[in-house]
Amino acid sequence: MKENYPLTVGDKGLTEVSATGTSPTLALLAGWLIPGAGHLLLGKWIRGLLIAVSVLGMFAIGIALQGKVYLPNTGEPLDMLGFAGDLGSGLLYGLARLLGWGQAPVLTAIADYGGKFIVVAGLLNVVAAVDAHSLASGRKRS
Amino acid sequence: MTISHFSAVILFSLFTSIVFGITQRAEPKMMVKFGAFCFVLFVGATIAASWAMYFIKH
Repeated sequence: MKENYPLTVGDKGLTEVSATGTSPTLALLAGWLIPGAGHLLLGKWIRGLLIAVSVLGMFAIGIALQGKVYLPNTGEPLDMLGFAGDLGSGLLYGLARLLGWGQAPVLTAIADYGGKFIVVAGLLNVVAAVDAHSLASGRKRS
Repeated sequence: MTISHFSAVILFSLFTSIVFGITQRAEPKMMVKFGAFCFVLFVGATIAASWAMYFIKH
């Protein structure tokens, strides 16, 4: 709701800020790029750490199980959905691509589980980032 | 690394329930309650589906 977004005049004009002084957009972006960072920015230390442990844990288990890290533009609709899920992990996905983590072909049932762990880690991270945005904007009470 | 199917269910349910609890409720007490509810539902539904598949096959 717009009335929950106090506006301040800064160097760059009108800027959205929350009661905590953190921009909802910043909380959203930080939470997406680094799991739990959105809540940590808002001073929700326990929630931030729990989210970080959960998302990082799921992502690490997925990689350890040799799960598939999806690539963009393979032309397969399911691969594109998998990529969208993976992308939710923010910088973790970039790190995985950079360091060549994960396996492209799924060879075992456990590796398939690994791929799902990685996708769900990304989706949970998006949910957590949106929650941080709601907290910063005042849409969520506490 | 290899883990059993049951360990995978427990880990998946645990991490997912933690995030669901934190994000879907506003009060800490309700977060714990909802997280525990999600965990029981995840594990319970998986065990129920496993038995269903067993009986379908046999």
